[in-house]
Amino acid sequence: MAKIKTVKLTKIFGPSPKRALTLLSQGKTKDEIFNQTGLAVALVDVSFEVQAGEILVVMGLSGSGKSSLIRCLNRLIEPTQGKVFIDGEDITNLDHNALLELRRHKFGMVFQHFALFPHRNVCHNVEYGLEIQHKDKAFRREKACQILKLVGLEGWEEAMPSQLSGGMQQRVGLARALAIEPDILLMDEAFNALDPLIRDEMQNELISLQNRIKKTIIFITHNLDEALKMGDRVVLMREGQIVQIGTPNEIITAPADDYVKRFVKNVDKCKLLTAQSIQVPAVVAYSDDAPRTVFDKMQTESLSTIFIVKRDNTLQGIVQIGSVKTAVSRGDKSIASLINSELPTVTATEPLTTLISILAKWHWPVPVVDEKHQLQGIVINTGVLAALAKKE
Amino acid sequence: MENFSIPKLPLDDWIDAGLDFLTENFAFLTKNISEYLEKIINFIIDSLIFFPPWVIIILFALIAWRLSGRQVALFTLIGFAFLWNLRLWEPTIETLTLVIVATFIAVLISIPIGVLAAISKKAYRIIMPLLDFMQTMPAFVYLIPAIPFFGLGSVSAIFSTVIFAMPPTIRLTCLGIKQVPKELIEAADAFGSTKRQKLFKLQLPLAIPTIMAGINQTIMLALSMVVIAAMIGAGGLGGEVWRAIQRLQPGMGFQAGIAIVILAMILDRITQKIGQKN
Repeated sequence: MAKIKTVKLTKIFGPSPKRALTLLSQGKTKDEIFNQTGLAVALVDVSFEVQAGEILVVMGLSGSGKSSLIRCLNRLIEPTQGKVFIDGEDITNLDHNALLELRRHKFGMVFQHFALFPHRNVCHNVEYGLEIQHKDKAFRREKACQILKLVGLEGWEEAMPSQLSGGMQQRVGLARALAIEPDILLMDEAFNALDPLIRDEMQNELISLQNRIKKTIIFITHNLDEALKMGDRVVLMREGQIVQIGTPNEIITAPADDYVKRFVKNVDKCKLLTAQSIQVPAVVAYSDDAPRTVFDKMQTESLSTIFIVKRDNTLQGIVQIGSVKTAVSRGDKSIASLINSELPTVTATEPLTTLISILAKWHWPVPVVDEKHQLQGIVINTGVLAALAKKE
Repeated sequence: MENFSIPKLPLDDWIDAGLDFLTENFAFLTKNISEYLEKIINFIIDSLIFFPPWVIIILFALIAWRLSGRQVALFTLIGFAFLWNLRLWEPTIETLTLVIVATFIAVLISIPIGVLAAISKKAYRIIMPLLDFMQTMPAFVYLIPAIPFFGLGSVSAIFSTVIFAMPPTIRLTCLGIKQVPKELIEAADAFGSTKRQKLFKLQLPLAIPTIMAGINQTIMLALSMVVIAAMIGAGGLGGEVWRAIQRLQPGMGFQAGIAIVILAMILDRITQKIGQKN
């Protein structure tokens, strides 16, 4: 079951929004509806699912409806039409008290401009959510200290928000959201107000934090680089509608339309394309193969080198055609002595930049392996060049 | 002209009739309140005068020091000593007591009204014109209906002072709460805060500096009204001025007037700093 699911979510701002719904069903655009009725269409038929433990990035320019979307999930904004399911429960019909309970326990929210309470110190800010739940003082304090340690703000408990830098303030914002142990983190352009270096640092920390805490995260941004870096999947929005949903790789390699293409054009592909997206299946020989078998295989495939794996696909090394030929003429029984096992390997998530620097020194294909050192595929230099040359 | 004129609306008669009705039906209640309040006021005045003036002066200077720092404390010390020297100690204490009691009551009523105006649009639309009315009505008009309800003296003075002095605290409480940034309200909402939790944990604490500015204004208005209320026998420094007018003694009038100015400055400086510190 999806952690979060939205079904045809539509939001229209303004009095008696039903008028706009009728016009929408007649196929009128956002601008036409605004000119005709003065109603602002923020979201149109937005449907998607988020799995538990996933980071879903919602990306779009300002006015694309992404902020409205995130607020519909916890009903800070009431959807005009459509449903939101959290853990399979339709929350669009919850009464006021049930809604408060839902917000108290399921959602932690982090805001673009931090929205820390200026009259409370760091610790009391972090305790806020627990205070709202009437948790006792000692428990709150302990929890707050624990979370502050997690975000690297140990020793700052008594400081006032105004004394902290932007990056630290947002750590407090994050700690405040995490303190209630929510299943879902809603991050509304959480890092966009930070300067680039701090932003990068916070992104990395959130990623490593996520590996430990495994929350479901909805992350809003207008920055494509950030979207592709943070997202397990990315939702691209335009004028209140979803343009494309996909993994970062899918977005770059197969943009859905011209709008997405324009976005993707300026992305630094070297950082975003990974070994996985350019690897090709490897032709392998087995370590117990006779030299003759290996030689024949290389001849038919016209290979100058071949990767040797065990029967369970564990990578052993690489052999050259020259040495195999010699072994055949010598009448060797095994290829064991020919295997060069000192070779570079990469994992599937290795970015193109690293591959390029490896290929600059290593003149043969680079093997891609998983954590058990089993061969997944290989990257050849022409593959890298092709990926870079590929327009759009 | 007489022949063409539209007959005058008997507005004055209507108001009199309304007030008569209120007096007949509620005066017994207000007279009772009046009696108690008068006792309290007299008790405060008596106990402040019971101590030698220097004790009280030092006490006030200490309070000023605690609340607003050394400079204000020094000013308080010198100012009160000067008033003592002018032989105006007793009227000063009377005026001060009336101001404090009136301010206390005014603030007690104003803050909830201000909160109501901030959170309910309907209440806002009713309260704001009422405040305009209260502030533009010449102050001493309030003195006239006060007498049938509370009798001559300090309680009538306090009643009209409270009405006259409430608007700034109501307005600024409302403003202070409305000024709380939307983002913070949204953050509080996102954590599932109830309206009450938002009010007490966020809106009121953040509005305190603004509310304090309102209270400061209320104190100033209370002082000016308490002086005017001397006309209905409130006594104090206003009484000194009133007497000087009746006897045409400009020296005595200015002396009491300057005393009022000094008292106003002391009260203003002490309360102004409280708001700033927050």
